[in-house]
Amino acid sequence: MLDDFLARAALAGIGLSLATGPLGCFVVWRRMAYFGDATAHAAILGVALAFGFGISIYAGTLAMALVMAVLVTRLAARGHAMDTALGVLAHSALAFGLVAAALQPGLRVDLSAYLFGDILAVSRADLAVVWGGALAVAGLIVWRWQALLTATLNEELAMAAGLDPRREQAVLTLALAVVVAVSIKIVGALLIASLLIIPAAAARAGARTPEAMAVVAAALGILSALGGLGLSLGFDTPAGASIIAVAAVVFALSLAVGRRGA
Amino acid sequence: MPRLPGGRVMPALIEARGLTVRFGGATVLDRVDIAVMPGEIVTIVGPNGSGKSTLVRGLIGLQPLAAGGVTRKPGLRIGYVPQRLHIDAGLPLTVRRFLSLPARVTDGAAAEALARCGVPGLEARQMAGLSGGQFQRVLLARALLARPEILILDEPTQGLDQPGTAAFYRLIEEVRATTGAAVLMVSHDLHVVMSASDRVICLNGHVCCEGAPSVVSAAPEYRALFGLGTRGAFALYRHEHDHEHDHDHGHGHDHAHPHHLAAEGEDAR
Ligand SMILES: Nc1ncnc2c1ncn2[C@@H]1O[C@H](COP(=O)(O)OP(=O)(O)O)[C@@H](O)[C@H]1O
Ligand SMILES: [Mg+2]
Repeated sequence: MLDDFLARAALAGIGLSLATGPLGCFVVWRRMAYFGDATAHAAILGVALAFGFGISIYAGTLAMALVMAVLVTRLAARGHAMDTALGVLAHSALAFGLVAAALQPGLRVDLSAYLFGDILAVSRADLAVVWGGALAVAGLIVWRWQALLTATLNEELAMAAGLDPRREQAVLTLALAVVVAVSIKIVGALLIASLLIIPAAAARAGARTPEAMAVVAAALGILSALGGLGLSLGFDTPAGASIIAVAAVVFALSLAVGRRGA
Repeated sequence: MPRLPGGRVMPALIEARGLTVRFGGATVLDRVDIAVMPGEIVTIVGPNGSGKSTLVRGLIGLQPLAAGGVTRKPGLRIGYVPQRLHIDAGLPLTVRRFLSLPARVTDGAAAEALARCGVPGLEARQMAGLSGGQFQRVLLARALLARPEILILDEPTQGLDQPGTAAFYRLIEEVRATTGAAVLMVSHDLHVVMSASDRVICLNGHVCCEGAPSVVSAAPEYRALFGLGTRGAFALYRHEHDHEHDHDHGHGHDHAHPHHLAAEGEDAR
């Protein structure tokens, strides 16, 4: 079954959604959309550096995503006035990444694969990395779930209960960097953040508890991945963009459901 | 361990020495000493902006100090009800789920806590859909579920009507009686301070005066702070403020009647 590129693509999408569903919920709840953008954009710089130093793409993107995630966390902790700084950081990371990539002759050809992803070209080894990373992230989130949720609800309540919100923030930072690293070949640096945010936002409409929202977000992510693959096959559209497009349609439908439910 | 005036040594649950907080250049709290003993009900009063919330947050460890220190009994279980709690609209949360954060509690314990706080059967409701009074009671229910050694309540009766306020303080006293938990609260409701507290601390950037409710209400510092010459005059002042349209019934309200004697800083000035 893994010999079929389509089966590998579908499995990659399913595996990734197991992590992006719950993680995306935290991105929505904590209003960290810029965080996702900046981290994902920095991954392109990581790709360029990995090429330059001849190391694994996954290692390069993971390292850059971590650096950026920590930087953004620091800035965001300074408060709302950092909005502009975060915007500057998110987009300059992308710009530097593109410039650095252009300086690598070997990378020029492949660059769009890292910007937009190429889920149909996922190898068995890629699949192992995606599932390994996604399961690790999902496991981390399940393990820290109660503490993450309390710190997200209110940092002061968490501290009064003896929790350390900074540690929970660090857990999310690490999880995000891992997700970015393992998904860059699948949906690409430009679309990773939307894979986090859109299914989670769509799941909000019908959910009554955080757990329900996380599970539904993962399910909608899988639905979007499979639907997007179908779209891509049928109409020869780019796979990554098709997945996000399906997710966006699902989100629009969820608004209608939410209005009726309310 | 603090040494009490009598020379006795007793372990405080929370104690601050020289607690000083600055925001930018402004010194909001200046060398505040405060301690809460097991089983005590202590109330902090003071005008708006006098640093009550900042003091409470400093005691819990939520507020970085410019100077001084706070010692908490190791492993102290705190039930905290903050002055404000905003829940992001993106986070779906039923009352039942909220009560299980951060420690999961059984359905039975959750139902009992809600009933005890006067809001039975709210489990399935969304937190975002509660009224102000319901929200406040659910916060208290959650704080009680942690089996706290000390309850810390920052203006817990805001948004409650007068009967609700009175019931809320009766509940606090009952909790202290049944669980032995100490209570540290910030309050504007002076009539309640008079009846329910063991000790009142009058704060205005520093501790102005401190002691039993009757002592504090007679203290010149306290009267200066709230702008009252005598207690009767104070009641009358509030009275005229509250019922300008109706002047002919203002006698003898000040002690017995559970009148709303809230002392907002602006009003008193
Ligand atoms: N995070 C903050 N940054 C700057 N100033 C603050 C902050 N929190 C409180 N203050 C200021 O400190 C003073 C005391 O505030 P607070 O403790 O909330 O007073 P109270 O609870 O007695 O009304 C006020 O002047 C307030 O403006
Ligand atoms: Mg306050």
